[in-house]
Amino acid sequence: MTDVFRDKIDIALSVNGEPVEARVPAGRHLIDFLRLDLGLTGAHASCEHGVCGACTVRVDGDAVRGCLMLAAQADGAEVWTIEGLSDSGAIRDLQDAFVARNALQCGFCTPGMLVACADLLTRDAVPARDEIREHLSGNYCRCTGYEAIVDAVESVAKARRGAA
Amino acid sequence: MKASAGGYARASDLRHALDLLGQAGDAGRVLVGGQSLIAAMNMRLSTGDMLVDISRISGLAGVTQQDGRLRIGALTRHADLGGDPLVGRHAPLLAQAVGHIAHAAIRNRGTIGGALAHADPAAEFPACVLALDATMHLEGPDGARDVAVGDFFIDVFETAIAEGEILTAISLPVAEPAEVQILKEVARRSGDYALAGLCLVRRAAGVRLSALGVGSVPVLAQGAMAALDAGDIDAAVTALRAELDPQSDTQASGGYRKHIAGVLLRRIWDEIGGTA
Amino acid sequence: MTIPFGNPNRPNSYIGKTVPRPNAARLVEGRGRYVDDMILPRMVHVVYVRSPMAHARITGIDTAEALAVKGVLRVFTGADIAKVCTPWVAVLAHLKGLKSPPEHAIAVDRACWVGEPVAAVVATTRAAAEDGAALVDVDYDPLPVTGDMMTALDADTPVLHADMGDNLAFRRLHEEGDVDAVMASAHKVVSARFKTARHTGVTLEPRSILVDWNAPEGQLTAWHATQAPHMMQTVLAEHLGLPEGRVRVICGDVGGSYGIKVHVYPDEVATAAIAKIMGRPVKFIADRLESFTTDIHARDHEIAGRIAVAEDGEILAFDIDDWTAIGAYSVYPRTSAIEGNQVVNLCGGPYDFKDYRAQTTVVFQNKTPTCQYRAVGHPIAVAVTEGLVDMAAAELGMDPVAIRRRNMYADDCYPVTSPAKMRFEGLSHHASMDKLVALMDYDALRADQAEARKKGIHRGIGIASFIELTNPSPFMYGIGGARISAQDGCTVRMDPDGSLVALSGVTEQGQGTEAMLSQIVAEGVGVPPAQVRIITGDTQVTPYGGGTWASRGAGIGGEAALQAALALKAAILEVAAAMLQAQAGALDIRDGQVVDADTGQDRLSLAELGRIVYFRGDTLPKGLPRELVQTRHFITSEYPFAFTNGVQASYLEVDTDTGIVTLLKHWCVEDCGRIINPQLVDEQIRGGIVQGLGGALFEEIHYDAEGQLLNGSMADYLVPMAGEMPDMIIGHVETPTLESALGAKGAGEAGTAGAPAAVMNAINDALRPLGAQVTEMPFTPERILRALGRIED
Repeated sequence: MTDVFRDKIDIALSVNGEPVEARVPAGRHLIDFLRLDLGLTGAHASCEHGVCGACTVRVDGDAVRGCLMLAAQADGAEVWTIEGLSDSGAIRDLQDAFVARNALQCGFCTPGMLVACADLLTRDAVPARDEIREHLSGNYCRCTGYEAIVDAVESVAKARRGAA
Repeated sequence: MKASAGGYARASDLRHALDLLGQAGDAGRVLVGGQSLIAAMNMRLSTGDMLVDISRISGLAGVTQQDGRLRIGALTRHADLGGDPLVGRHAPLLAQAVGHIAHAAIRNRGTIGGALAHADPAAEFPACVLALDATMHLEGPDGARDVAVGDFFIDVFETAIAEGEILTAISLPVAEPAEVQILKEVARRSGDYALAGLCLVRRAAGVRLSALGVGSVPVLAQGAMAALDAGDIDAAVTALRAELDPQSDTQASGGYRKHIAGVLLRRIWDEIGGTA
Repeated sequence: MTIPFGNPNRPNSYIGKTVPRPNAARLVEGRGRYVDDMILPRMVHVVYVRSPMAHARITGIDTAEALAVKGVLRVFTGADIAKVCTPWVAVLAHLKGLKSPPEHAIAVDRACWVGEPVAAVVATTRAAAEDGAALVDVDYDPLPVTGDMMTALDADTPVLHADMGDNLAFRRLHEEGDVDAVMASAHKVVSARFKTARHTGVTLEPRSILVDWNAPEGQLTAWHATQAPHMMQTVLAEHLGLPEGRVRVICGDVGGSYGIKVHVYPDEVATAAIAKIMGRPVKFIADRLESFTTDIHARDHEIAGRIAVAEDGEILAFDIDDWTAIGAYSVYPRTSAIEGNQVVNLCGGPYDFKDYRAQTTVVFQNKTPTCQYRAVGHPIAVAVTEGLVDMAAAELGMDPVAIRRRNMYADDCYPVTSPAKMRFEGLSHHASMDKLVALMDYDALRADQAEARKKGIHRGIGIASFIELTNPSPFMYGIGGARISAQDGCTVRMDPDGSLVALSGVTEQGQGTEAMLSQIVAEGVGVPPAQVRIITGDTQVTPYGGGTWASRGAGIGGEAALQAALALKAAILEVAAAMLQAQAGALDIRDGQVVDADTGQDRLSLAELGRIVYFRGDTLPKGLPRELVQTRHFITSEYPFAFTNGVQASYLEVDTDTGIVTLLKHWCVEDCGRIINPQLVDEQIRGGIVQGLGGALFEEIHYDAEGQLLNGSMADYLVPMAGEMPDMIIGHVETPTLESALGAKGAGEAGTAGAPAAVMNAINDALRPLGAQVTEMPFTPERILRALGRIED
């Protein structure tokens, strides 16, 4: 170990609108940092190799894989998780649509799925069903068969556009 | 599946990054988007890495046009590349490729430099830059050097980047007025690595055709290119299949991949009007 | 008391309506509480060192380097664990001849599959435990590997467990009539070989358990992602030498099960043993890579099938020879012979025919053990049956719908016993087929297919009828000696404010158990569903029950809840009658109020009744029963299983140059008896269909000849994702079971049971004009092109 490479890194960031300072192991990924260090257990570690999407969170405005970003890399970032997005009401309509359409069963994929869906819904146009499917193609759900999720996203996209 | 990293350092500028890499020796690993590296670390396929995070270095991201060439910074993210107007005009092949690379969340962090340095022969960007005849720009402890793309990919996950060097940018000629660029691939599911894929670039000087997912490196199919220049698609398909030697794995056999390459070439040829 | 289900305008008509799931709102806010979300004081993490070899003698384990890692506390070998934990043998008495050797929680001297635990490392963090596990030095002496299924019984194949004598775990032959004679004289006999790939469940939440041993209390508590808490209580007690009453299994939110989490896993039992040794909470969360090698696998079958038909399309006989390889051990306590047994039970299921022969041969091999996974045996039996029926139809020049209508049991023939000796109480094959044909507009689809064909586009329509086994009685496991409850119970109580709490022995895995139970209790008592709180998944709290598997939650658990609710209603009305000086029979409970049954006029709120009972009991007549807690249990008794039926259809397009299949649309009509919550049933079926579509198109575990698993990651084992899945149209026919007042059967297996067959038949429908046929799942692009003869090498 040289004096420039560190195995524990000090980071300061914003999580769900609140300032956070921490010292994290070099190899710790963001989702473990959120879950283990901050107790934000909404998003899940599931495959830990970037395929399933259960760990999807928002970093600096973008949906990213929490297992494919080191906590050390989040220094200075603005991170939003399902807990913060719920508290702020930012995706209330989407969450309500998921409940109404039963677009979740076991709920394990849902926090990551919602972040991915919210990402798509920031676009202007109402996405076609196959665009929704394509956008969600990196988020695995074993329970629902996806159709209810597509329905929920489509209904929110239409409602938002109708309201605008 | 918890990574066992040796250490982490964030580089403030290129010089600093090169110094860090120099100190780390063969344990040094350049970290940018991390979309392949961190997965490998979590799976403990790579342990003890001294990570040099270059993602905050300014000036290494973005697309510019100068002196008849397009220059793409290594830190340009896939998502940004896909929406970039200069890329859309001069390297639409790369924009097409972005749609095939994994999924939105991966494209939000993955970078073209990272993808090229990783040199996965099944990935889209290596084959794209090969078809586009790009030049790779490297910085090392002894200064900058350029590598022609034909000399860049050496083996699976192995490139001409020497220990201590960093890929900083690629450049490629701006598109000719009638230039054609097209990528086609077959994948089991959206975002999966392709079972086989082809990139075709047609310029006044002739066709460049590269293949992905069919060897240990992206393949420049020179026999097929010659046949296409002669306007003979049948000969091109025969030549293409002859110059590929794809591996078999749990997704498909080499024979299937070779077959698909020929199918894709015919489809591309039909789509672009069929004449040289 | 009964519910007049025929009257949709009856009071409190919550059964049959879509009401929201009480637990969904918190799950969308990330407020689930899965095992890995829990942190207990002094908690440590265990990581298992796993065999990298498919078969090897363990000749030495050096733990010194591992113990030197910062954070590592203990390292355990199989011998260490065997001191506190007895091995188990997974056989069932009614599966005659089934054999399997004793299996230890951690291998003691021999590892029998890649992934079998051989040592455990306990540390203060998962990362430190992984660092330690990488440094445990195990010496292996390789042993011969038995991998191939079809040669497992050959004389020159090494015997995996010498004490067992051979590699045969189980064989069952069922014969009805004279199949050979019928085959010899039939108008047509069609035969084919089918393969279904080895699958695994890929629950998004990996297997998870957190166990604490409180020595002063003598109590073991396991927070466990499981489908069967009471079964696990029994198992942990028995093998750790504890009284059952001193083992508590708590099952909170579970991130997907599908059968994967109903089995006893060596590493999970070892975790409990380690907690008992260390006297502190120990957490084990399987990571994704070990999930692929250690979660149960399933469906690894090869089947030779024959069908005999008459000239008019009458099905005369089926002849089925099924082989399956179950890995190194039969899985405890349900055993690994059930899947093959189900294939024997279910082939030919929808059809009225006489002569039937089916045999299953179950063999050992050095691979991950297989066991029951969603729709156990159904996808295999349905694919073989429906594949053969379609092939016969093609031979006869008959339409696939027509040949099925010619042979399906008539809707008015019940009760009836099938040639496989399955007893059907009441099914609706014809009504379901009629509805399917209407829903999909079959004729229009055939016209579209013909139009597409003219343009060189190859589309196919595939139909698959099926039966589905639900609501199992003790005939499934109990009679074989397993302590797995087929009965289930529910306690419903009214608290002073008039709110209800229902405690049930069935568990919630996401399918909507809580919603289903809340609707039943709400209607049974007469309150809005929101006034009912449901508690499941705690062996120290809920009535004893079997949990959630084999689509028993609604049919068994739901009936217990209904009977408990009706009993509570009667108890409430008895008190109300005394308070109001009325006849109990003249009163009813509606919307949380005691009312006059005739006029509906409010007489008394449940809150007021609760206030009097709990705080002013002195004002009630002496001796008046006031038991506002009622418990009822339910078990089926007339039929071993409640069979349901259904039919699916797939419309798809095959790219004959690339072999890629594009699913265009999918339909399913299903008869699960009384529907309690239409939305939940539809979504069970949709989810099940997609799991079946995964098996049809993508999912396949690959091993090499040395027993190494080749595609054990989510990048390599392909599961269905949103981009490739179709929209699905779901329809229903309702034939309630008469075994219960509720009339509900299960719906969890139907989608998975029929989807692979529908897709196979659709692909073959598309390929038939080209002279090609596929029968080996999954139908990869390569298999399709090879069937078409398009690949040169």
